[in-house]
Amino acid sequence: MFEQSSYSEQYTFFQKLRSFDFVLIFCVICLGIISNFSMYSTDGGEFLYHSKSHFIRFVTFFSMMIFLSFFNLRFWHSTAYLFYSITLGFLIWASMYGVTASGSQRWINLYFINLQPSELMKIAIIVCFARYFHREQMPNINSFKNIIISMAILLLPILLVVSQPDLGTSILIAISGVIVLWLAGFNIKYFIYSGLTLIISLPFVISMLKPYQKQRVLTFFNPDRDPLGAGYQIIQSKIAVGSGGLTGKGYLKGTQSYLEFLPEKHTDFIFTLFSEEHGFIGSVILLILYGVLIFRILNIGSHSRSFFGKLFCYGFGSAIFVYVAVNMSMVLGLLPIVGSPLPIMSYGGSSMLATMIGLSIVMSTKIHSKQIIH
Amino acid sequence: MELPVFDGGDSNVRKFNTVNRRVFILKIAKGIIFTGIVARLFSLQITENKKYLTLSDKNRLREWRLPPVRGEFEDYFGNVVAGNTKVYQLHVVPEQVEDFKYLMVRLKNILSLSDKQFSKIVKKKKQQKPWETLIISESLTWDQFSKVNFYLHELSGAKPVLSVARSYPYKANYTHVLGYVAQASESDLLENEEIKNKHVPGLRVGKTGLEKTFENSLIGTNSVKRYEVNAFGKRINQVDFKEGEKGQKIKLTIDTEIQKLCNELLAEKSGSISVMDIFTGEIIAMHSSPSFDPNLFMYGISYKDWDLIRKNPLKPLINKTISGLYSPGSTIKPIVALSALENDVISTKFKVNCTGKMEMYGQTYHCWKKKGHGIVDLRDAIKQSCDTYFYEMSRRLGVDRLNITAKRFGLGNTVFKNLYTEEKKGLVPSTKWKKNALGKGWVLGETLITGIGQGYIQTTPLQLCLMTAQLANGGFKIFPRITVDKNQESLEKIKYKMEARLKITNENSSSLIRSAEEIFTKGEKEYNKLFRNQENIKFVLEAMSASTNEVRGTSYRSRIDDPKYRFAGKTGTAQVKKITKLQRELDLDTAQIPYEERDHAWYVAFGPYKDPRYALCVLVEHGGSGSATAAPLAKKLMKKIIDRHEEREKIRKNNLVDI
Repeated sequence: MFEQSSYSEQYTFFQKLRSFDFVLIFCVICLGIISNFSMYSTDGGEFLYHSKSHFIRFVTFFSMMIFLSFFNLRFWHSTAYLFYSITLGFLIWASMYGVTASGSQRWINLYFINLQPSELMKIAIIVCFARYFHREQMPNINSFKNIIISMAILLLPILLVVSQPDLGTSILIAISGVIVLWLAGFNIKYFIYSGLTLIISLPFVISMLKPYQKQRVLTFFNPDRDPLGAGYQIIQSKIAVGSGGLTGKGYLKGTQSYLEFLPEKHTDFIFTLFSEEHGFIGSVILLILYGVLIFRILNIGSHSRSFFGKLFCYGFGSAIFVYVAVNMSMVLGLLPIVGSPLPIMSYGGSSMLATMIGLSIVMSTKIHSKQIIH
Repeated sequence: MELPVFDGGDSNVRKFNTVNRRVFILKIAKGIIFTGIVARLFSLQITENKKYLTLSDKNRLREWRLPPVRGEFEDYFGNVVAGNTKVYQLHVVPEQVEDFKYLMVRLKNILSLSDKQFSKIVKKKKQQKPWETLIISESLTWDQFSKVNFYLHELSGAKPVLSVARSYPYKANYTHVLGYVAQASESDLLENEEIKNKHVPGLRVGKTGLEKTFENSLIGTNSVKRYEVNAFGKRINQVDFKEGEKGQKIKLTIDTEIQKLCNELLAEKSGSISVMDIFTGEIIAMHSSPSFDPNLFMYGISYKDWDLIRKNPLKPLINKTISGLYSPGSTIKPIVALSALENDVISTKFKVNCTGKMEMYGQTYHCWKKKGHGIVDLRDAIKQSCDTYFYEMSRRLGVDRLNITAKRFGLGNTVFKNLYTEEKKGLVPSTKWKKNALGKGWVLGETLITGIGQGYIQTTPLQLCLMTAQLANGGFKIFPRITVDKNQESLEKIKYKMEARLKITNENSSSLIRSAEEIFTKGEKEYNKLFRNQENIKFVLEAMSASTNEVRGTSYRSRIDDPKYRFAGKTGTAQVKKITKLQRELDLDTAQIPYEERDHAWYVAFGPYKDPRYALCVLVEHGGSGSATAAPLAKKLMKKIIDRHEEREKIRKNNLVDI
């Protein structure tokens, strides 16, 4: 055991580089290129504000990811709680001194960057749980103390994010947190109980929603209810995707986005734009890229000998899947419109930063897969 | 037993197994969800692609319909009498204007709009959608237009536009013939499907006259511009332009020169003149006075101008030629005489001693000539318009036989078929009519005054013109027309047809016995003869000539001796009010009588006498006597008509060659 651990610590730079997951990197680069071209298209075929800053962010955070990948997995293990605490601190800061934009107090001003801590929390919660359950013995996992503590870890950030208000992100944090808890070995019956409780309390929750959120939920069930108001986004998005056809309208020729019928086209609806311009074939290719990315992340997890790495990879892979699935279902009219960016593709620094940090931990897990953390 | 690979023993293995098993379940779930997303993409992009493609185009493309270019009216000689003129307009799309108030204030200064106009525009803006074009001015003067262009860089949102509008180059001359156009109203859209289909804001449609009748031919089709627009409705670029077709050109039978003369002759008077080709039925002139300039309606008439027209006691809005109803007075005498001859009530030799009045059924009936005409025969009676003779003749004829003849010659019915909605039928009385309409029996005295064109009988000027034409052409039915008919037969063919009808004799007796009702239900065929014995017609025409060209004829003073221009006619002086005993004794001049009580002056004529070709009818409302007021106008008119004859014939021959 000690031998193994000491052996792994002797990895040289080139050894580490060689054990990089190049399929993963390939997928990320592909997605990065696609996202940059799409962003160029949202700017109307010009290299303007969005495309410029998206490009810079991608290059910066991608380099950062490569750099962070060389960090030992232990580093992440030891700083997991700190990471969570700092992010939680940011969230509290945001709720007190945050920057308000479009009716929601989500950002904190770090002078060099406007950070959205809720995005970071998506990763932090997984890291935190991975650390928490790393040492826990199987019989103890379902102990009362564990349940209470993990609930606290999960609910604290969710409540903060909901109060921003940012329903979309809080749901995504909740889903990825719950998945990690389940993977960690929580008894299935807890999920069933809490699921039932949620359904029962749903009417109460809906009555607490903000009017615009309520509108969105109702509109989802019937977009024609208010075709120029809340249903507008869903209808226009479906028109854009549907009119794309098999091969799409061609790059930079998406009329729905070019003529500004598409809302939020560089953030939540970037997939709509892509799908309109590149059609069914393009969309499926994009979906395959995400599928391979997720598969690789899960695969890395299954080869990891440390529970921390394993749980993180599983959790992170599942989280990426949830983001992709929710975003796509949303723009295709399968789910109500909630704010949920498409990882890597969507414009947004914090989301990109969080995704890249997550990927670097995954990569570190891959490099240090033989390593066991005490 | 395998050695535990991981630290922590059995429980750790269980932990690892659990997480691996659960991830496996998750993987399956992910696969299913991704498949679901692909299926959704497939259904949207492949299965329903067409639907969404259409929706996307509907989003993307917007059509702008431009007003169609209206067809023109031409006179017989190809002069445009209702055309389209270029106008400079100023449009503003409020949505595209950053600061509407500022723009309006600037425009108010530049165009020097009055406060009233200004508030009208602001009011209009509030009524329409922000993306709809607001027409600030329908017609800018060149000065205003260039001024706007000069300041255009400061007037973001204002668009100077070159457009077309209806124009009537001959102004008041054609008003009643053509009618006028104005902005389509709600009811125009409801009544006419064609207008509804082609409607664009500001579209002008025919409101009266031929403009209204021929609306569907004139209107043309819209040009359509297709634009790509963005989500805010802003035009990005023009995708397609489909040029509309101009409306059909409609050629009138009217001679503008004669039409203009009619207007001049009736200047300052109230009345009507109509001129007709006695063989083809072509209307050569048709004017109602006073008229007004229809160009005023082009841009919305001002309240002041409209009031001036509407409140004018001479009623410029009424087309008197076809919708004015008047007692025909003595102009009906040729028909009364013809009816008596045709029915063998009297012979041409029949004589009456006119003493200036006639006692009958306890009432006195006066002749216009107080002293009386002495012993007169039929020719003299027509020539001198002896009322006493006609009292006696109509007494013998009876109103019902007169009714049949009068109706055959076109009185009591519209001259055009559905050409003018405002055309009136008039009235030719009969015993049956009185019973039905008034519920009273016919009184014989009423027959007498009907015989001199007074009493119940009412005609339009155009009906009298048609009557005269049908007498002058030898007694054949014609159908007046005001638009050039492509299938118009040549004059030779018409005359040949008439000759042919003459030879059919067996129809003769029966044709007169047929009741008036029968004639109108079956309809008289074109060029059917309207007489039994043409000699009777020839006699009447000769007597009319005597009335004009012989000494003591009522219109002798208006004669033209030159055989080329010689014409024949009949005067008429229709009483508006029953003359009282006192008035008869006073025997006032026309000028001494209040305007409303003065007689209407009539004159019907045809010419040239040797070889008749044209018939005309002149009416001067409250003009006094026909011989003094109406006949001199007819003289000038007839000269012009005959002078224009050769020009007209040239065109006619060309037209025939065209076909």
